[in-house]
Formats: sequence, C-alpha cells, structure tokens
Amino acid sequence: MELFEARNVNKVFASTQALTDVSISVKEQSIFGLLGPNGAGKTTLIRIINQITAPDSGEIFLKGKRMNRADISHIGYLPEERGLYKKMKIGEQAIYLAQLKGMSHRDATKNLKLWFEKFDIMPWWNKKVEELSKGMQQKVQFITTVVHQPKLLIFDEPFSGFDPINANLLKKEILNLKKEGATIIFSTHNMGSVEELCDHIALINKSKKIEDGPTDEIRMKYKSNTFDIKYRGDFNKVDLALGTDYNIISHNESEKENTLKVQYLNGNSNNNLLSAIMPVAEVLSFEELIPSMNDVFIKAVEESNKN
Amino acid sequence: MYLLKLLKNRTKTKQAIMNNTLLILKQEYLKRVKKKSFIILTILMPFLIAGVYGLVIYFSIKDDTEERTIAVYDATNLFLGEFTDQGTTKYHFVPKEEFSSLKTNLKGSGYYGLLYIPSDIYSNNLAQLFSEKQLPFELTEQIQRKLSRFIENDKRQKVISEAGIPNLEESLDKTKTWVNLSTLKITESGETKKSSSIVAFIASYAMGLIIYFFVFMYGAMVMRSVMEEKKSRIIEVIISSVKPSQLMAGKIIGTALVGLTQVAIWVILGGIGLVVVQSFFTPESAQQMGQNLMETQGQMNPAMTQAAEPNKVMEVMEMIGNLNLPLILFSFVFYFLAGYLLYSALLGAVGAAVDNDEDSQQMVFPVTFPLILSIMLLFPIAKNPEGALAFWCSIIPFTSPVAMMARVPYDLPLWELLLSMGLLVLTTIGCIMAAAKIYRIGLLMYGKKVNIKELIKWLRYKG
Repeated sequence: MELFEARNVNKVFASTQALTDVSISVKEQSIFGLLGPNGAGKTTLIRIINQITAPDSGEIFLKGKRMNRADISHIGYLPEERGLYKKMKIGEQAIYLAQLKGMSHRDATKNLKLWFEKFDIMPWWNKKVEELSKGMQQKVQFITTVVHQPKLLIFDEPFSGFDPINANLLKKEILNLKKEGATIIFSTHNMGSVEELCDHIALINKSKKIEDGPTDEIRMKYKSNTFDIKYRGDFNKVDLALGTDYNIISHNESEKENTLKVQYLNGNSNNNLLSAIMPVAEVLSFEELIPSMNDVFIKAVEESNKN
Repeated sequence: MYLLKLLKNRTKTKQAIMNNTLLILKQEYLKRVKKKSFIILTILMPFLIAGVYGLVIYFSIKDDTEERTIAVYDATNLFLGEFTDQGTTKYHFVPKEEFSSLKTNLKGSGYYGLLYIPSDIYSNNLAQLFSEKQLPFELTEQIQRKLSRFIENDKRQKVISEAGIPNLEESLDKTKTWVNLSTLKITESGETKKSSSIVAFIASYAMGLIIYFFVFMYGAMVMRSVMEEKKSRIIEVIISSVKPSQLMAGKIIGTALVGLTQVAIWVILGGIGLVVVQSFFTPESAQQMGQNLMETQGQMNPAMTQAAEPNKVMEVMEMIGNLNLPLILFSFVFYFLAGYLLYSALLGAVGAAVDNDEDSQQMVFPVTFPLILSIMLLFPIAKNPEGALAFWCSIIPFTSPVAMMARVPYDLPLWELLLSMGLLVLTTIGCIMAAAKIYRIGLLMYGKKVNIKELIKWLRYKG
C-alpha cells in the first residue's frame, strides 16, 4: 500500500527547470531514499511534498487522496538547513513547534518529556537554545520533527552535525519509528547509511528521475559481472583456460591461496565462468562483487550526464 | 452528503489556520511583552516624561539657593536704598578705590559680580556688571529692573512735583493697563471654547512624533523578527507547519498588540497622573500657586499683578480638556494601526528578502523614506496645519499617519480626515498583498543580493 505518491511533478524557477515530470511512490512503513547530486531538485521535491512550494503541474497524494493543506500536520520535516529560535527555552520552543503541527499543549508536553528522557536532554528543558551544543540542538530538532507522530517523515541529511555515537542513536530511532509504522523519506549524500537504511531509492539528476527501485535491485542492476575468486593452482593455467572470453582485472599469488578478480563479458554466465576454472584449479571461494551505493550513484549520474 | 463533508472539512481547515495564526500571535506577543526591556520601557517612560516636566517646572519655580554677593560701586550715591539684599542675592557697596582693585582682581575677592553705576547713568541709561562667570538671566534682569525702576520713579516724581497737579500720582497710576488676551475658538456648534494655539501645537507635534516612533519601532521589530527566523533557518520548519501568510499575519498582529498594550498602559498611567495632578491643583491651591508666581513677577511689572489672570494652571488644564480627546485618541489608534500595518508589511517583506544586516540597511532606507520625510516636515505641518503642505502630506498614504496625526488636534474638515483614512486603508491592503508575495518568495532565498528591481520582478512571479 502506497502511503505517498507524486505523479508527474514539474516545477520551473524563473528560467531553471527544477523538476521534470518526476513521479515517486513510497510504500507504507518503508524507508525511501531520495538521492541525487547537489542541485538535482531533491529539496524542491521535498518542499513540494511539504506544501512549501506548489508544483507547476502534477499531483501529490497521501494515502491515495490528493494532499491538501491540512495534511501537513501528518508530515514531520527535518530540513537540511535547520535552526531553532536562539533566545527561546528549548522545552517551550518544542511545545510551540508541536502545537503548530496541531498538537494540544498537554499532549505535546507529555510526548516531549518522553523524548527528552530518551535522548538524555531533560535537564536542558529550561535552557535557551544558544546555551546548547550543536549536537544537542540537533537532538532537539529531531525531536520536534517526530513528536507529533506523523505518518510521513522527511529527513534531509539527518546525520549532519552528529558524532558517530549520536548518529548511531539516531539511526536506531529512525528504524524504530519505521517499526512503529512511520513511513520515511530520507535524503542524504551518505551512501553508507542508504545501504543500511533504505528499502527503496530514487535517484534524481538534473531535475529528472534516472533510477527508481528497491535498493538491492538497483545495486544488482549496476553489477558488472565481476567476481572475486580464491583458488589453489597455477595462475598461468587458469589464465589459459579463461582465454579471451574473460577479462582478468587483477591477480595475486601467495603460498596459501591465489586470488583473482575477473569479469565476464555479456552473453556469458556465472556457471560458465566457474566451469571454465574448475578443471584447472581448486576453487576455494567464488563471490560476485555487488557495487556499493556509492558506485551506483557515481555510475548512474555519470551515465545520465553523458546522454 | 458529500457537500456536507466538504463543508466540514473546509471549516476544519479554516479552524486549523485560525488556530495557527493565533498561536503565532500569542507567541510573538508574549515573547515581546515578557521581555525585560519592554516592561522597563513601558513602566518607566511615563515617569521619565513626567520627571523631565517636573524638573523643568521645579527649576523654573524654585528659588535660586546660591548665595551671591555683588559688589556695587555707585558713583551717583543714589542707589543705596534700592539695592537691598533680595533672597540669596546680597549687595555690598564699595568705595571707588576698592572698585578699581576689584575690577582687576575679582577672582578670589569673594564677590560674585561687580556692578558699576556710573555718574551719568541718568542720561545714558548705561551701567556695567563685571563677572567671571556666565551670569544667570534672573540676576541681570533683577539688577536691570532695580536700576530702571528707581530712575523711572525718580524722574516721575520730579515731573509730578514740577507739574504741581494734585493727586497726579494716583491718576497716573490708574492709567497703567495690562490687557490679557484670552483666545476663544468658535466651534461648529456655535459655542465658544477657550483654546490655545500653543497647546494644540504641542499636542499636534507630540502626536506626529509618537506615531513616527511607534510605526518605526514596531515596524523594525517585525523586520528583525523575520530576519531572525530566516537567519536562524528555523523558517523552513515553521512554514512546513503554517502558511507564510499566517506566519506574517500572526507576527504583525501580535506585535501590534504589543504596541497597543504599551499605549494602553501609558493612557492608564497618564490618566492616573492627570487625576493626581488635578487633585493637587484644586482651584484654591492653583490660585495660591498663581499668586506665588505673580509675586515673583510683580516686581517686574506691578501693573500686571493687578490685572493678571488668577489661574494659569487651571486654564491650561481646561485647554487640554477642550482638545477633542476622543477624536485624537481614535485617530491615534487608527493611524498607528494603519501606518504600522503598512510599514511593518513592507519591512517584513524586506526582512524576508535579505539575508544579512548590511543588505537590510540598504533596503530599509528607500522603504521608510516617506516616513522619515514626514517627520522632517512635521514642524512646518504642525505650525501651519491648514497649509498646502500639511494637506497633501496628510492625504498621501505613506506620509499621512504622521502628517494627519499632527493636524488632528486642530479641528479639520471631516472629509479630509475620511479621505486620508480611506486612501491609507486601500494602500495598506495593496501593500500587504504585495509584501506577502515578496515575503513568500524571499523566505527561502539565500545568498542572493536583492535590490528593489529584483523585488518588483518577484511581484510578477505566478503561484
């Protein structure tokens, strides 16, 4: 079941095309990675979802219904460039922001206290923002994003400004929110966290969507039929056996075992590669190299720029 | 059924919008009202003003307490009886030799001043007063008065005795006249009221000034608040919860309420002050005070004493009472609100369009120029409230809040007031609409140097 859907969204700013016919659909209770180079149009799309900007054409839906103004209370948004009122006490400020999202003063206070306890910042409730460290401010900011229990959460670079320990805490909380039923749109340049967290990604480049699919499938799609093989035997024999159908990228010989990085060309298969080696060497391990999200990102963007 | 649901949804949305605007309004209001600087300024300001006035009155009424001894060398030997000690000022007659030495060496002699009455004073009307310091006005006046009165009386006596007419002195005394001019204004209903152009002038000047400060102060407050939200980057979070127009409305109305709170407190404190002052100056006490004043003035012009109005303080009170206070108060609130809405919308848009202080200063000047112009023209307007300058400035919407307020204390044709108000309201609505557009576009625009031309381009953006 789709929680959120954008259909054929277009947006032009003055003379620059920010989004061209972009459609995405986000399954309920999943984490959707919205990726792309700087200036690709991710923020514009996020702002359209938040109804900060209106699309020139195209429609957006929440739970199958066209989104209207009232729906933004179901969204929690952590923008990339974020901040708080510096002179305001954080407790008071968090209540105010929760109230703007439609919570009552009582519910807001109750929920916030739970979150503050969880993040270990309860003693700072009556402190002003300017007295807090950057990391603590980020925690407060994160809490204000999720406190009203929104159905849809949008995190734009949520880990920036966090040390590894707190980043881990945050990651855990994000997964927890998903488990509790939230749907998350997640935009980042940190590809490691995409591999870890995202069920599905969409890649946007120069205002157009160039990739869309489950994270695993996308990575598989960008695999280059390259294998890491550990074997015992003579490299020269292996080289001879593979012949010109295979492209040896690198090889290494040692007393214990030899390793080989090899790629087959189109029209061949894993089994063919394996059966070509087996007669001349003893295969210890045979592993296909799946590209990292980082590789996928670079490759996809470069390819799309060429066209 | 469907329609009903739609309607219900719409009212729900509307309610949410109202709630959010109210929340922001409350937030902005409380934030400012709870500030120490606001509380201090609001409570202290009336006392400060009252204090300044009190001091001025006090110093003008209170006796000079400094002991001064003036050395007098009287070459005519006639004035010995005239220069008796008066209050803290003492006169000491010195012989010619001492006069010469004092003239070169007054410092350290203990004398405050040295008066030289030459022998030819009767023909030349000239005397000299030497001193090291700047002499107080009252002192020179006192000496001048003593000399003149003595010579005048002396000459008069001579004339009277030479003429040999019986009772001439009494007859001459009776010819002395002092006319008091009490100014009366004929109102439309035909009744006459005591008025004083000076009271109206002061009221008109003060009103214009107060409007200017309020509009400027609170308009700038809105701008700074917008800039703060943009600079601290909280703005994106806020406008993902509320519409920019709601944010702006809440901000502007909340800040306006702060201003009105301040005015209300001042009006109440002022009212209390007025009651206190009036109970102090009951007619009897005022009469008493009037007489005190006259005693000090009496020596200057004895004739004036007999004919002077007995009750100056009550008269001023009456004049203030005769100003059309309800109209002034109503106009003040109206022009404050309208002027404030106009300028705070514009300044709010400026705050949204720029992202650093330097740029804001560059943009603020062209926007507030009419306001500054109107304060520069305030004096001529208050002086000549019926003139062409006053008329046009009070009709043109951007200058009218200050200019019209300066004219209201004088009675002016109703149609002019209504025309001015109507134009101001229309302009304000137009400017708010334009400002809202700039505001919405500007809020999330960073790193772009914005000028007026750019802003006008934004106005043409659609959506």
